[in-house]
Amino acid sequence: MSLLSVQNLSLSIGPLSILKDVTFSIAPGEIVAVTGESGSGKSMTALAVMQLLPDSARTSGHIMLGDEELTAQSEKALCAMRGNCVGMVFQEPMTALNPLHPIGQQVAETIRMHAVMPKAEAEAQAAAMLTRVGLPQDRFPLSRYPHELSGGQRQRVVIAMAIARRPRLLIADEPTTALDVTTQAKILDLLKDLVEEFDMGLLMITHDLAVVADMADRIVVMRKGEVVEQGDTKHLLAHMQHPYTKALFAASQHQVDLPNAEDGHAAILSVQNAVRDYALPRTKLFAPRTFHRAVKGISFDIHQGERVGLVGESGCGKSTLTRAILGLEPLQDGSITAFGTPVAPDMPAQARIKTQVVFQDPYSSFNPRHKVGRILTEPFHLVDTPPTGAALTQIIGEVLTDVGLQPSEAQKYIHEFSGGQRQRIAIARALITKPELIIFDEAVSALDVSIRAQILDLIAELSRRHNLAYLFISHDLSVVRSVTDRLLVMQNGEIVEQGETQTVFTTPQHPYTQTLINAAPVLPDLTALRDKTETAHAPA
Amino acid sequence: MLRYTLKRALSLGLSLVVASLVIFFVIEVVPGDPASFMLGLNAQPDTIAALRSELGLDASKLERYLAWVGGMVQGDFGTSYTYRTPVTEMIGDRIWVSLPLALYALTLSTLIAFPAGIYAASRRGKPGDMAVMGATQLGVAVPNFWFAMMLVLIFAINLRWFSAGGFVGWEKGIPAAIKSLTLPAIALALPQSAILARVMRSALLDVLGEDFMRTARAKGLTRRQALMRHGLRNALIPVLTIIGMQFSFLLAGAIIIEQVFFLPGLGRLIFQSISARDLIVVESVVMLLVFLVILVTFLVDLAYAAVDPRLRSRT
Repeated sequence: MSLLSVQNLSLSIGPLSILKDVTFSIAPGEIVAVTGESGSGKSMTALAVMQLLPDSARTSGHIMLGDEELTAQSEKALCAMRGNCVGMVFQEPMTALNPLHPIGQQVAETIRMHAVMPKAEAEAQAAAMLTRVGLPQDRFPLSRYPHELSGGQRQRVVIAMAIARRPRLLIADEPTTALDVTTQAKILDLLKDLVEEFDMGLLMITHDLAVVADMADRIVVMRKGEVVEQGDTKHLLAHMQHPYTKALFAASQHQVDLPNAEDGHAAILSVQNAVRDYALPRTKLFAPRTFHRAVKGISFDIHQGERVGLVGESGCGKSTLTRAILGLEPLQDGSITAFGTPVAPDMPAQARIKTQVVFQDPYSSFNPRHKVGRILTEPFHLVDTPPTGAALTQIIGEVLTDVGLQPSEAQKYIHEFSGGQRQRIAIARALITKPELIIFDEAVSALDVSIRAQILDLIAELSRRHNLAYLFISHDLSVVRSVTDRLLVMQNGEIVEQGETQTVFTTPQHPYTQTLINAAPVLPDLTALRDKTETAHAPA
Repeated sequence: MLRYTLKRALSLGLSLVVASLVIFFVIEVVPGDPASFMLGLNAQPDTIAALRSELGLDASKLERYLAWVGGMVQGDFGTSYTYRTPVTEMIGDRIWVSLPLALYALTLSTLIAFPAGIYAASRRGKPGDMAVMGATQLGVAVPNFWFAMMLVLIFAINLRWFSAGGFVGWEKGIPAAIKSLTLPAIALALPQSAILARVMRSALLDVLGEDFMRTARAKGLTRRQALMRHGLRNALIPVLTIIGMQFSFLLAGAIIIEQVFFLPGLGRLIFQSISARDLIVVESVVMLLVFLVILVTFLVDLAYAAVDPRLRSRT
């Protein structure tokens, strides 16, 4: 008998149909991954199982937990079920905890909601659970507040809260998406161990197919509210039927056709012993100021037409370095030279023309009240005599065509575009001054895999067409691997390893690079998998 | 926490010094000499000079500032130019009307606003929310003296439950004194509670959208439990800020209400002293109010830290 059985679940909010006839089940001790791109309805499926849907949602179909029909339960019965029989872990550990309560109290709250016991006993249980998820009491006492913990540690607290009552079913909605790769690997291991130890069912929602392939016993692929394909992980990967599943995997493994780099060009960007300090708040009233050194004497060059990757985990100083290269913040020591001009916050505006930047979030990096045409021409304030009239219209048309959009789209507002189109507009904005160097700061991290593949192709194509050099900053190793010639690995404000991208990936020298590469989840080799399943099924 | 408190206390002391300097010198440059004002238009120059020296107005500015501050520290606010009575005594009589009135009004306003704001937030968009929001709209729009007149008409003239004005004094017993402050306190509290209820509602609605509220529901808390245990305290920061500002306003901003109810409060004292160019009284009352306002700000800062552990650890 299955632990959770969802049958013909349909859900609509107002006129909008969110889920259509979703059917799947989870057995005790089984890990089922629901995967798909944004808007596929995977998170709504999770919330439907918790019965924590928005008030305006209308559902039909069945959600059975054991032999109980959840859709028919009273709110009181559902409250008794949530946290007790079903636990849930959310995506964003930074905001999933109440900032005003100590972690011990938050874990003990789950316990005391569902069992009558003295406070001390609940706290003892909470302490045991926190220790189990890797937060031992000597270093992480119950009195710690969430803001005193890192993202990974907070996610452990959220997990402890969710499993404190040893629920039969655990739902994890993108539990590692907000975490660094090394932390992600540890949290995924923890979840796997817990499933085994408690014999829980795990419903895991994730967009990351590499994580899915690694973790799940079974996969459910969703698209626009419908299940397009499901089955045993190995079998499904080896014998994908639905075109969407195939497209999704193809996009995840997408290799960019990068034009060969030409050797022997002059350096256009030169970073020499760059040092960047941040003042820390004074600990004593009259004590001398102390500083945090975010960038510790970094040196590297980028040559004309060269594609350089920069990887490292959050807090390693990537963003600080980016701001210094863009001349937004001053260095405390060393120097940065771009196109022969020293880079500093007070550099002349014209010197900024040849270096442009594309940021991560396509939703918040535009002014929503401006039309695309105006957004695109913003960099022209760096130019003494900006083009006007027909010449301007022509340039706007050219860059829009360059990034695969129509010239007429200059008249639209930014909310009329999808995330992928917005990122194309961001690239067009960077291209309009005909730069020779573009900084891509996590420029594809917020995009779905299929869109990401298209944008990566566009970047490769543009680098060929315009002989562009770029610095591609990302936490995602698989992306950096396909679009760069040379790779810098950054840790704690230092570059610990650099070299040709393929060489660094195949024979990493520094222990940190090795850890990073080992921690990154990878998609299995599908042909090998196919052979294996075929031999297994072949008659003896 | 101790370091945070000391820092706030230091900032309180500095604010007081700066405030006393500003008050003293601003009032000094206001045109109008108290001595010539007191003696009338036909006074002889030498009589004015004599009075000036008697009042201590001929000393240098620095000497007078130091004497003023030094006196205040010892509880001596000087002598009123007009009434020739110690300012300390004049303030003493009135502060025991104004301070209890402000606290009374603030308590009422909080007691009305909290339930109203919480109720409206928990029924967002439903008829209950709209009714509360409509009522607060009215409360913000209608001036408090109109409420005051209506209260007098209904409860004093028609029902005869309260007297229409005046203050019986604390020597008549606490219940009698509180009774005579009740109508003015209600008139002051109604508009304030309308504002506070709106702030409470919007702060709570912001918090209700936070991820940790969803986490709380996933742990098995009911909507109401999640709101009370996790929502309320997180919504308190903006509400505390408004409460602090309202207390400052209620202390000195009750001039009209004091007039309507014939209450001998600080507002009326300031008004009369300004009309009479009684600078020493104006200076002293303003300084006292500034002190109370800064003290309230300090207490609100401490309340922030009590609510939010992130402020405690940040130094």
